[in-house]
Amino acid sequence: MNRIHQLFENKKERVLSIYFTAGFPNLEDTLAVMESIQDGGADIIEIGVPYSDPIADGPTIQDSNLVALENGITLKKIFDQLQGFREKVRIPVVMMGYLNPIIQFGIEEFCEKCQEVGVDGLILPDLPMSQYLEEYKEIFERYGLVNTFLISPQTSEGRIREIDDNSDGFIYVVSSHSITGAKSGISEEQIDYFERVQRMNLKNPRLIGFGISNAETFTTASNYSNGAIIGSAFIKKVKAATNLKEEVVEYIQSVIS
Amino acid sequence: MIRVDEKGFYGKFGGAYIPEMLHPNIEELKENYEAITTSEEFQEEFQGLLRDFVGRPTPLYFAERFSNKYGAKIYFKREDLCHTGAHKVNNTIGQIILAKKLGKKRIIAETGAGQHGVATATVCALMGMDCTVYMGALDIQRQKPNVERMKILGAEVVPATSGSQTLKDATNEAMRQWINNPVDTHYIIGSVVGPHPYPEMVARFQSVISEEIRWQLKEKEGRENPDLVIACVGGGSNAAGAFFHYYNVPEVRLIAAEAAGLGISSGKSAATTALGTPGILHGSKTLLMQTEDGQVVEPHSISAGLDYPGIGPVHAHLFDVGRGEFVGVEDEDAMKAGIELSRLEGIIPAIETAHAIHALNMIEYRKDDVIVINLSGRGDKDLDTYIKWGNY
Repeated sequence: MNRIHQLFENKKERVLSIYFTAGFPNLEDTLAVMESIQDGGADIIEIGVPYSDPIADGPTIQDSNLVALENGITLKKIFDQLQGFREKVRIPVVMMGYLNPIIQFGIEEFCEKCQEVGVDGLILPDLPMSQYLEEYKEIFERYGLVNTFLISPQTSEGRIREIDDNSDGFIYVVSSHSITGAKSGISEEQIDYFERVQRMNLKNPRLIGFGISNAETFTTASNYSNGAIIGSAFIKKVKAATNLKEEVVEYIQSVIS
Repeated sequence: MIRVDEKGFYGKFGGAYIPEMLHPNIEELKENYEAITTSEEFQEEFQGLLRDFVGRPTPLYFAERFSNKYGAKIYFKREDLCHTGAHKVNNTIGQIILAKKLGKKRIIAETGAGQHGVATATVCALMGMDCTVYMGALDIQRQKPNVERMKILGAEVVPATSGSQTLKDATNEAMRQWINNPVDTHYIIGSVVGPHPYPEMVARFQSVISEEIRWQLKEKEGRENPDLVIACVGGGSNAAGAFFHYYNVPEVRLIAAEAAGLGISSGKSAATTALGTPGILHGSKTLLMQTEDGQVVEPHSISAGLDYPGIGPVHAHLFDVGRGEFVGVEDEDAMKAGIELSRLEGIIPAIETAHAIHALNMIEYRKDDVIVINLSGRGDKDLDTYIKWGNY
């Protein structure tokens, strides 16, 4: 059974997913960051695959992408780093990245590698659902990879239903009209939107992301969903850390406690 | 047949590879643009403004001295005489009327050299709409006069400080700001790039160029079809406009001049069809200059308007199926062609346009062939570059 399915079967509340950029802050930090995310008590790890032109990301993740690329990270290098990571990391792992580097790697080869090293799912923000259904779904499924779609406050009810029908892991609920890392705190308007989605009784679990940064926003988001995703705020912590492992564990504990 | 299919593809290229956050905006455009832009009301306003505000039709000028020198009948389509100095305004007029009909209150745009930014700021002033233009921080330094033109016209110019701080990054930033303001804002893309329906929509607004060439050439030569049409290609909007009505007329050769920079294999080039491979940039699948790992490579051209690592999907398709002939023109040759046009015909062209002029030296044609070169823009904005180059 896919680790993502297993997770949501056992845990329906306060699921915490952490996004980080592979090869950041230093090229060889990838595995250490993953272990620390698990040690801190998070439930899912999202490995960000760096890209030169991340159009859905704010300054924090843009910068981390750029630094990682300057460090020499490539998709091939990421798979090298991930060899054998399942000996240490048990929790579900998702690859998140823009389509172009993955297409250049080769979709089939990419999925094969994901399965080989033990990745459970994918989040590809610029892969449209229509293209997914036509070209990618069958390949992802063949390699046991769960695909996650995003929805935003602008997404119509009809489209949310369509996305729900075509998902079988979790749905990524983008918290506002924004790129990653924008805004702080959660507004009334956002809560109305969270409630609207909650009332739709979707078959898939929902994780809320974008603008989640601490225990307070994590708890608020979790009140209207199955949990939340932290990205930019985590990258900031990692960037500023002098003792990477210790500070990552502390930060995650502070969010879930 | 060269045409877009219902999913927004030209052969293998095109589509709409966008984050879900932009899906409603793109869907809104896709569902409405055709009905709106073909309506009588829209066409009346659009044609009226092209005539009275832009100054269309632009002349099709027989260049006698150039013809004598090159041994062919050479005509220039004078887009350089459009208001604001280039063809870019044909598209911004069309898109701002569309934005108004969609109930949008605010316009955003990207710009490289500033020509599209100026054309956007101009139509926003005309329509009384708020305008924000994203421009690479490096380009802001290089193109000071156009930055000030935009400000005089009332636009806000916001520097894009990520990446190489040029056109590609300005486009990234405009897309991010559209994600942040999806409801009341329309994004006026300046070239035949971006997610479907942008490439087709922009091409249609620019197609007035070849529409006019047809009847103007009929008047002058007794035939609608020249033997060759030549245009420069960065993203490719002026070329798309000049080729549009000839895509499916096989006897008309379509010549696209790309910027080879310091030379195609110099590492400082923007010749996308020579150096690119299929990939995804700014929402469409196209030919793209990239590393083996799929990271976008920084292009180089002396002309800021051609300094783009991709190419419109329709041009990638023309290249792929062999319908278009692509040549790579180096910086130095383009500059010399600009001087040649100035001396022989009294027209100082934009450096982008000068690439199309030089293409004459790189292709074969028959004596007395009728050749139309799209003179996409005038050189006023490039005086600094001409002066720095200095070889005149």
